[in-house]
Amino acid sequence: MSSASPQAAVPVFNWFKYASPQTFFPLAGALAPWFAAIAAVLCVAGLYIGFFVAPTDAQQGESYRIIFIHVPAAWMSMLIYLAMAFWAGVGLAFNTRLSGMMATALAPTGAWFTFIALWTGALWGKPTWGTWWVWDARLTSELLLLFLYFGFMALQAAIDDPRRADKAGAVLALVGVINIPIIYFSVQWWNTLHQGSSVSLKSAPTMAMTMLTGMLVMVFAAWAYAIAAALWRVRCIILERERRSDWVRAYLGTAR
Amino acid sequence: MLEVIDLACMRGERTLFRGVSFTLAARGLLHVAGANGSGKTSLLRIVCGLGLADSGEVRWGGEATRTLREAYWREVLYLGHAHALKDDLTATENLQVANALAGRPVTRAAARDALAAFGLEACLNLPVRALSQGQKRRSALARLALAGAMPLWILDEPFAALDVAAVADLEQRLLGHVDGGGSVIFTTHQPASISGRITQRIDLDAFEPGVGAVC
Amino acid sequence: MRDLTLAWRRRSDVFTSVIFFVIVASLFPLGIGPEGKLLLAIGPGVVWVAALLASMLALSRLFAADYADGTLEQMLIGAAPLPVVVIAKVIAHWIAANLPLVLIAPLLGLQYGLPADALLVLALALALGTPSLSLIGAIGAALTLGLRGGGVLLALLVLPLYAPVLILGSLAVEAVGAGLSAQPYLLLLAALSVAALSLAPWAAAAALRISYE
Repeated sequence: MSSASPQAAVPVFNWFKYASPQTFFPLAGALAPWFAAIAAVLCVAGLYIGFFVAPTDAQQGESYRIIFIHVPAAWMSMLIYLAMAFWAGVGLAFNTRLSGMMATALAPTGAWFTFIALWTGALWGKPTWGTWWVWDARLTSELLLLFLYFGFMALQAAIDDPRRADKAGAVLALVGVINIPIIYFSVQWWNTLHQGSSVSLKSAPTMAMTMLTGMLVMVFAAWAYAIAAALWRVRCIILERERRSDWVRAYLGTAR
Repeated sequence: MLEVIDLACMRGERTLFRGVSFTLAARGLLHVAGANGSGKTSLLRIVCGLGLADSGEVRWGGEATRTLREAYWREVLYLGHAHALKDDLTATENLQVANALAGRPVTRAAARDALAAFGLEACLNLPVRALSQGQKRRSALARLALAGAMPLWILDEPFAALDVAAVADLEQRLLGHVDGGGSVIFTTHQPASISGRITQRIDLDAFEPGVGAVC
Repeated sequence: MRDLTLAWRRRSDVFTSVIFFVIVASLFPLGIGPEGKLLLAIGPGVVWVAALLASMLALSRLFAADYADGTLEQMLIGAAPLPVVVIAKVIAHWIAANLPLVLIAPLLGLQYGLPADALLVLALALALGTPSLSLIGAIGAALTLGLRGGGVLLALLVLPLYAPVLILGSLAVEAVGAGLSAQPYLLLLAALSVAALSLAPWAAAAALRISYE
């Protein structure tokens, strides 16, 4: 999971040096535009492949093309929760401030991706299944995941003391991460036994090579976007939390 | 022996105190003074392990209390602002519960004796909700009568709401504990007549941000 | 033990949550109509959802009183390890708040026309499933201790985590209706409760300390 972390981008030998908010702040500032640029380029490329190069699907026609947004978003929604729980765990175990800030910074991006995955799923479901919403196992799990994100953010927002907010959020994220597989399997089981939806996502046809390429490009674009967004957000969080320290004052002083 | 090393505490934006250090040996009686909001309660909570300091360490017998945990808490009696009394239970039941939580269960008779020592003979079987503020404070303090074996007492405003006679009683009890080899940390705003016996005094007003004074 | 005595002296609280349970479960037929077949189909789910909500409403009381009067402080610096205290409190809470639900649930099942064997399984499933509700809920209650808007926040944190219990619980009852064995679901519910018992007290204890620091 560390690949979702900004630290993976720096050489190993000075790993710990960047664990302090003060040294991490300029690094994040330097890296974020790059990831944003990568995200933009990959996104344009991926969308081009997805919408113009990839062949039309035999069964679903043009509407399937939404998977180029839907699938990466769905993957990211889960990965980001794992990354968030990872940082939260690191924060609890080593009592580092930056980890908690990273977890906080990741949550909105994760919730966004979850929301996009659900929304595009609904848009996709309408023409293919003829309904906006199906109580499919994956959809239901994704919805519950969105609730978990909301819970995490609401809890952190309700706590004034940032230190308590970080730790409380960390406990919740870890509890959530243990529960995600349980939720997923119980929902899947529930779904297969209820046999309510006659449509199964599993019947998707084998993918053409260009489709796969387009989707992978979009996945990388989503990664880069998530990293860039998290870095920018963590910069804001660092500034806000450390606003009384000398270096932030100096930074803001020079910035003005 | 209690060692407090370079404690700092922040409350949101504000630094309450910084660089607070002291050592409290057996037979020590420490008075923590300071204006309202100077961090007396925060300091006591950190010392007894309820609060978390922003920096610094508390050691008991040379070991950090954060690693000692239950071993430390078995030796500490902390009485805070809140009385930790259940309105629906009688004073006797409350006292027994409190002692059970502290790992020192007592018999009903012992609990009654302790309450009687604090002048509550008449209300042993009344639910606590029927007691006055002063009586509630006394029934919380009755734990002291059963806690001679606990070396460190940490008392937050123990004299609040007590009448003159009860204050004198309590002072004698604190002195008795100190003479018996225990140590006491307490806060108060009232001029205590035991001030002559106080071995140490910390004025948190002197630890305001930036001052960095050493005790 | 102490909590049980307390709950006994505050009997009205227990009755409120039981009555809440009964009312919620009885409102569904009013909203849906008295058609027997439909009620039979939704019965297990409705009773479970009502039990979930009633159990959750009671959660906010788990630590709140001790937090307000300072007893929780004494527990945090008590001689017993905090997770053990949490387990004791959760057990007492379960007996006071959830056991009555388990006992009254078959009665509500009757309202939905569930057959006798399904009623038995319903009670059994609730008995096996509600402990994990209380345990998971304890984490949420500990995390939201003393926060403004704590009640709603608690619901937001805890309800998604309740989903597996709800699913397994209603599946167990439906399995009986379909002529299948409810045993696997009951075993899974028990497994969830055991898993929750082995993890949740520690998480809740950590959360309590965090809330105090």
